Amino acid sequence: MTGGDVLLRCEGLSKRFGAAVALDGFDLEVRRGELVALLGPSGCGKTTALRLIAGLEYPDDGAVRVLGRTVADRHTWVPPERRRVGLVFQEWALFPHLDVTGNVAFGLDGHPDGRVGEMLALARLDGLAHRMPHELSGGQQQRVALARALAPGPDLVLLDEPFSNLDAQLRAEVRSEVRALLEATSTTAVFVTHDQEEALSISDRVAVMLDGSVRQMGSPFEVYTAPVDAGVARMVGQANLVAASIAGGLARSSLGDVPAPGLADGACEVLIRPESVEIAADPRGAATVEHVEFFGHDQLVRCRTAEGERVDVRLIGPHPDLVAGATVSLRLRGEARVLPA
Amino acid sequence: MRQGPSALTGHDAIPRLTRARPSGVPEGKRQVDRTDERVAIGRARPARSVPAGLGLAVLGVSAVALTPILYLGIRAAGASAEAWDTVLRVDTLMLGVRTLGLAAAVTATCIALGVPLAWLVVRTDLPGARTFAVLLALPLVVPSYVGAFAIQAWFGNDGLLAGALALEHVPTVSGFWGAWLALSLFTYPYVFLVAAAGLRGLDPSLEEASRTLGSPRRDSFRRVTLPLLRPAIAAGGLLVALYVVHDFGAVSLMRYETFTQAIFVQYRSAFDRTPAAILSLMLVAVAIAILATEQRARGRARYFRTGAGASRRPRRLPLRRWRWPAFAAVSTVALVALGMPTISLLDRFVAGALDGIDPAPVARAAVGAVSVSAAGAMLALAAAFPVALVSTRYPGVLARAAERSSYVGYALPGLVVALAFVFLAANALPWLYQSLPLVVVAYVVLFLPQSTEPLRGALLQLSPRLEEAGRSLGRSRRSVFRTVTVPLVSRPMLAGLALVFVTAMKELPATLLLRPTGFETLATAVWSWASIGAYSQAAAPALLLIAVSAGPLYLLSRRLDVGHLQEVRPE
Repeated sequence: MTGGDVLLRCEGLSKRFGAAVALDGFDLEVRRGELVALLGPSGCGKTTALRLIAGLEYPDDGAVRVLGRTVADRHTWVPPERRRVGLVFQEWALFPHLDVTGNVAFGLDGHPDGRVGEMLALARLDGLAHRMPHELSGGQQQRVALARALAPGPDLVLLDEPFSNLDAQLRAEVRSEVRALLEATSTTAVFVTHDQEEALSISDRVAVMLDGSVRQMGSPFEVYTAPVDAGVARMVGQANLVAASIAGGLARSSLGDVPAPGLADGACEVLIRPESVEIAADPRGAATVEHVEFFGHDQLVRCRTAEGERVDVRLIGPHPDLVAGATVSLRLRGEARVLPA
Repeated sequence: MRQGPSALTGHDAIPRLTRARPSGVPEGKRQVDRTDERVAIGRARPARSVPAGLGLAVLGVSAVALTPILYLGIRAAGASAEAWDTVLRVDTLMLGVRTLGLAAAVTATCIALGVPLAWLVVRTDLPGARTFAVLLALPLVVPSYVGAFAIQAWFGNDGLLAGALALEHVPTVSGFWGAWLALSLFTYPYVFLVAAAGLRGLDPSLEEASRTLGSPRRDSFRRVTLPLLRPAIAAGGLLVALYVVHDFGAVSLMRYETFTQAIFVQYRSAFDRTPAAILSLMLVAVAIAILATEQRARGRARYFRTGAGASRRPRRLPLRRWRWPAFAAVSTVALVALGMPTISLLDRFVAGALDGIDPAPVARAAVGAVSVSAAGAMLALAAAFPVALVSTRYPGVLARAAERSSYVGYALPGLVVALAFVFLAANALPWLYQSLPLVVVAYVVLFLPQSTEPLRGALLQLSPRLEEAGRSLGRSRRSVFRTVTVPLVSRPMLAGLALVFVTAMKELPATLLLRPTGFETLATAVWSWASIGAYSQAAAPALLLIAVSAGPLYLLSRRLDVGHLQEVRPE
């Protein structure tokens, strides 16, 4: 990795719970000031990774280093309260016996009103200082949880599925608020999510996790356009995987040819995003429309080729002629990526 | 000891657990959405009125439950100056101080004992924690009067202690310290059970949050765990304090004068029973004061989880070098609270058997006890159904009134309820005076909440949609009740039956005052023999009582949780 000093480094973290392997060789590097999304399906070990970094679980193997200091490995154990790593819990875990001020001030020494007031203002919680947690709306509880974690000025903040408890409308709004709050306090943060849209839209870099380890890490653009394998491709956006064969540096598929410079001849798969396929109603076409999912601003047309492959096509705007049963022709239009078989 | 067996819950894929909410209102964020939901329905629900039969049944139950307190009030209001003189001669203030003093001392002891025990059993790697969870709850099956006389058998120059340690002078135990010892040893399980349930139900992410915010374990316990446990401790303390204030058997046998004892003496010795009625009302006031104190101790915070996320089990704390000292301390408590009564009772029982004591009276007492207790449990269940149904399905004035009045008996000492029924029967219903039906009715008044609460809890969790689905499939309300509701709440029904049965088996003062002449239960048998010092005869019925209580208690200890116990009280 280049640029920026490394704030968090996880090296080969492993953790099993009985027979279940939660983490297996988990590596992660987070630079100062960035917002990293840990994206993966549920059950892939994302939450366990956060809990290991926060010091709430012991690793079976591997190490966690914060600002170059080892906080956990085979010989070292720094308890959570001395790691300077804040954690926003999935269910927020606000102390039900303390009001908003009490919650935010919890991690501060004494009761410095100035700092609490500052955090409340930053999190737009003024006026709610003496409400009890159960008297707050979901979005407000979320902001209290974040303000509480940020108040002691931790080196790193971890957020566990921070938006999953909010309904869809609120989510987009709270998302940008959280991003703004993290920027305002120039806090480094890692957040866990299974929602690819969430991961791509607000993070600086995305770490895609599958089966207990990070498969690929990069900018949202990188992981979307150049996934290292089919698993990552499916996790980040929708993906058509079309069979192809390479001959002379060209991968030939039913949708068109894709350059494959330097790759050995043989079978392969081509990753084609639904928005990179051109579709047209064509009585002599080789594919048929199976059904159409209409979303308003765009639609997903699910087709099947003569070879029996399924291809999804994303189109902007309504297209009345593309209905189930229509015969269409499909053609590769934009970027595609050859994945070695 | 890096990870306990419960560490599995650290995984992502654990299903979310949501707990039942007593109010029936969704918690957390959804509370905010409630208005939207109503708008979405678009039209107000048709008002549901209580069916006439159900309404009448509820009114009947409430009337019976309120009878004792109303009747006492009428008697006290019409009291003559002479009666008041008698009351004032009794030195009521001193009685109050003595009663409250004992209640405070026993409650404090039980909290000091019960909370650390619960923490050790639930949150540490104490050896045999699972076994202790059961053993430490068991002393609850020892009725206070049985415990009192079993303890007495250990002390004194010819007691078991003198024999075991070859001592010549061992003081007898009686008065304040005797009552304190007997009541503390056999009521601390209330605090233990409620605190253990509270600790188990505590969301571990709260303690974890505290750790990530810079509080070490010890501070986190003080700043987060203990405050969150406060309502549970208050609830357990309330049960203990009420038990002490209501207790009649132990204080009588220990000859420590409290309200109940004074009331009994007044009732037995004086021709005019009005002074006893006045004293009873004062005792009720003391009980209400204790209830109010507990309400205050709970504070304004609401102790449910605000989020909907997964529930993790907390890790057990390794005790390291304190592991075996802790084991020794916990074993000592279990040994004293269980061993002391069992050994002395067995000792007395064997001595009695060798002397050739006639078993027939014991058998008669056992039959008597089982039959009135079973009748009481059944009648209480029959009375609980309408109350629970109305309070969960038809919220309104009637529901609140029914709920509150069903609790009245719970705040009333058994002796007080018994006295009220004695007055009432003697003056107005002579055909009921000293009859078994009156004993059974008194049990219902006293123990109704124990039958109502499990039912209410189950009915709250049972979605009314199920019943509505039954109705929409063409069944009548009655048929739906029989084929849908009752089968789904059969377990809590049985729990309520068992609870009332066990409590009624142990009940002493009401049975003592209301029973027909010559009728004995195990409780009255123990009491009448123990109070004249015939310990060998008292041992057999006492052992039987403990054996009968132990089974259902085991079942109950498995389903006891904070929510359940906290609800067994007026709001």
